[in-house]
Amino acid sequence: MTALGYNFGYLDENTKRMIRRALLKAVAVPGHQVPFGAREMPLPYGWGTGGIAVTASVIGAGDRLKVIDQGADDTTNAVSIRHFFAKVTGVGTTERTGEATIIQTRHRIPETRLREGQILVYQVPMPEPLFRLEPRVAETKRMHALADYGLMHVKLYEDIARHGHVAISYNYPVLVGGRYLMSPSPIPAFDNPKMDRMPALQLFGAGREKRIYAVPPYTSVTSLDFEDHPFQPVRADAPCALCGSRESYLDEVVVDDKGGRMFVCSDTDYCATRQTQREAAE
Amino acid sequence: MAYVAVKGSERAIEAAHAWLAEERRGDPALPELSLAQIEGQLGLAVDRVMAEGACHDRGLAALAVKQARGDLIEAAFLLRAYRTTLPRFGASRPVETGGMRIRRRISATYKELPGGQVLGPTFDYTHRLLDFALAAEGSVPEPAPEAATDAAAMPRVTGLLAQEGLMAPEPPSEVEPRDLTREPLDFPAERPLRLQALARGDEGFLLSLGYSTQRGYGNAHPFVGEIRMGAVTVEFEPPELGFPIEIGEITVTECQMVNQFAGSKTELPQFTRGYGLVFGQGERKAMAMALVDRALRAAELGEPVEAPAQDQEFVLYHCDNVEATGFVEHLKLPHYVDFQSELEKIRLLRREAGGE
Amino acid sequence: MSALLEASGLALRFGAVPALDGVALEIFPGEVVAIVGESGSGKTTLLRVLSGMMRPEAGEVRYRDPEGGLHVVHEMGEAELRRLHRTDWGFVHQNPRDGLRMRVSAGGNIGERLMAVGARHYGNIRAEAAEWLRRVEIDPARIDDMPALFSGGMQQRLQIARTLVTRPRLVFMDEPTGGLDVSVQAKLLDMIRALVADLGLAVVIVTHDIAAARLLAHRLLVMRRGQVVEQGLTDRVLDDPQHEYTQLLVASVLAA
Repeated sequence: MTALGYNFGYLDENTKRMIRRALLKAVAVPGHQVPFGAREMPLPYGWGTGGIAVTASVIGAGDRLKVIDQGADDTTNAVSIRHFFAKVTGVGTTERTGEATIIQTRHRIPETRLREGQILVYQVPMPEPLFRLEPRVAETKRMHALADYGLMHVKLYEDIARHGHVAISYNYPVLVGGRYLMSPSPIPAFDNPKMDRMPALQLFGAGREKRIYAVPPYTSVTSLDFEDHPFQPVRADAPCALCGSRESYLDEVVVDDKGGRMFVCSDTDYCATRQTQREAAE
Repeated sequence: MAYVAVKGSERAIEAAHAWLAEERRGDPALPELSLAQIEGQLGLAVDRVMAEGACHDRGLAALAVKQARGDLIEAAFLLRAYRTTLPRFGASRPVETGGMRIRRRISATYKELPGGQVLGPTFDYTHRLLDFALAAEGSVPEPAPEAATDAAAMPRVTGLLAQEGLMAPEPPSEVEPRDLTREPLDFPAERPLRLQALARGDEGFLLSLGYSTQRGYGNAHPFVGEIRMGAVTVEFEPPELGFPIEIGEITVTECQMVNQFAGSKTELPQFTRGYGLVFGQGERKAMAMALVDRALRAAELGEPVEAPAQDQEFVLYHCDNVEATGFVEHLKLPHYVDFQSELEKIRLLRREAGGE
Repeated sequence: MSALLEASGLALRFGAVPALDGVALEIFPGEVVAIVGESGSGKTTLLRVLSGMMRPEAGEVRYRDPEGGLHVVHEMGEAELRRLHRTDWGFVHQNPRDGLRMRVSAGGNIGERLMAVGARHYGNIRAEAAEWLRRVEIDPARIDDMPALFSGGMQQRLQIARTLVTRPRLVFMDEPTGGLDVSVQAKLLDMIRALVADLGLAVVIVTHDIAAARLLAHRLLVMRRGQVVEQGLTDRVLDDPQHEYTQLLVASVLAA
């Protein structure tokens, strides 16, 4: 029990065990959405309840937790969730990607390559990659069971016919282990390649939709495409104004109302580390 | 007690009203709620009643909440019924939300922007843990730290996008919009009329509809371009003066949702707007309204109209909770005559089907 | 030559009404078989049972794959049956809206079946779609148009293109000319006849239109109250009907 009167990690042990069972099943069937009995959490649905439930179920006293939202540790929701776990677990938190054992994220994968033993927990708003094409869950379940994904390819075909290329810039659908179509959560398509054969364990929690899924370490994750229209991750064509990186994903910052813009890394830890290294080198 | 037929029972009605008044007051040993307390401490209930009652008057809304025993739809109904008796002098000038005295302003599309993000008095990052300290009375919170804000430096996010030509412009119109409170709904309803209906519409209904568009029933790709809440000046131009005069200031919440492309091979991709504006601090309602407004634009933007939220008649005919509660609750009224004929009919049918 | 599809002892009742009553038949490669009869005779039910969309109470439907293996249709798993339906089989619905995706372009409609069987080259898929539009006499320039912009006859031709693009060996057709004007019907029938001959398709077609059956079918099955009352070569059945119901059916067409 913590000082607050809540169990370690907020959820009771039985709930955590139930979620861990769902996680084990999810790891055993990569990319498959496992239904689970999501609980009400002290944060609203859509604000990361699924991710929080997953983190709460796997976190232990020896862990170090990093929480990012939009790649940054200092965004309000990330701060709020980090404080929550500090309060209900007492574990150490960190902003350094390399130091964290668990990283809970919304909308980004850190730029720093993750390693074995780390867990990346994604907050997922809509776990069903097909929902825009087929909103009825009973039907999409059937499509997954039969690996009947022609409809998703038709969507990509239609995009190319209409716009000249695939018009999906984030939440770009992937095929996991050559079998299950999966939503990578609304990360920019730029991050998709990082999921492929990642040494870290990737866990996905969708609280409102009550689904958990996973990508075990070193599992193939391919973004859907056509041979003659290969998947293309997109980033703003500029270096980071702070650290100069040309590899990282960039946020656009509006500096005035006269059309002034500047581009900076969305991954604040990556950017700060590079700035420190640059200063040290000078 | 013997069963008494309800017919003509004036005494029964009087007794029911007396009982209601007693229940409303609650335990007389406890102090009575004042309107100032309701206005001050149940401010969001007051705001909701003003929005759905379509009448900006905090005092009257507080009275309605008190009289309705906290039933907010009943309170909105009371306020509507009062509002309809007021003479109509004319319409104010459009309020200028660009010049709002900001108490809250956030954007989900840009991390940083001129004027910055102002969280204001929000539940957003509170942890939903019951605060038992609040159950004990008598504590006054520390005053919140204040930072100076500069209204001039808070350009609208949609304006920033429009500078780049990325925001689909709204076609300007000098035509006086029709007034929903004076004329019945008419279909197809143009956007000003739709927005009027949505602004008065039930928060719960719009919330669920807006939510359905996020879950694939209507194919929305929304981002909160900006939400701003604060005071705006209301101006009125009396015909005999010929120039506008300030008549007061009201608090409103405005939400501008920015929606992903409506482009095609012939049309450049751009963002389209969903708009929400409500009296008081009503962020959930403003957001839901913006989602539904955008969904209702499907037809004009050449999108297929398939989901409930995109269906004008479905949304506009059913969003008004005063109309809805009236008709649903009218089922309590006597229907003896109709029901008697149904009884006779069903008995006849059963006889003919060989039941006996 | 062995049959592509064989059925025996099929029976199915809807309440007290027999929809299928001891039906047996064989379909050979390249053969067009028409099932005729009035509404309620069981012909559409037979089509649905043969194609695995509906389960009979008794009897068996067997399908022979291109390698010669024999499968009992109603014992196949749903995944296997779906795969069959988009590869070696095709189904043309009476209402093109049931067979098309109305929110997907003409090209996407044709391409879907190719993609479902693994085609992943956009250029090739598009070229194949354009070629099929040409074959069903739709201007390939309309490849990006939505089916809703097409006339009823064009929608039906698009559905046929979408069905045939994966070169099935056996196609089920349910009143394919049913909802169309007479002049459009004739044109569509001509087109179907040419495509069937050209591709060597086996077809099971349900129709109440005796003229359409005469034009397309090699063989005819006449159904009444769930039973096949007469069958044989089309010309023989129509010119020299043996069963009194067939005689009535043929006479009513001649009279009309």
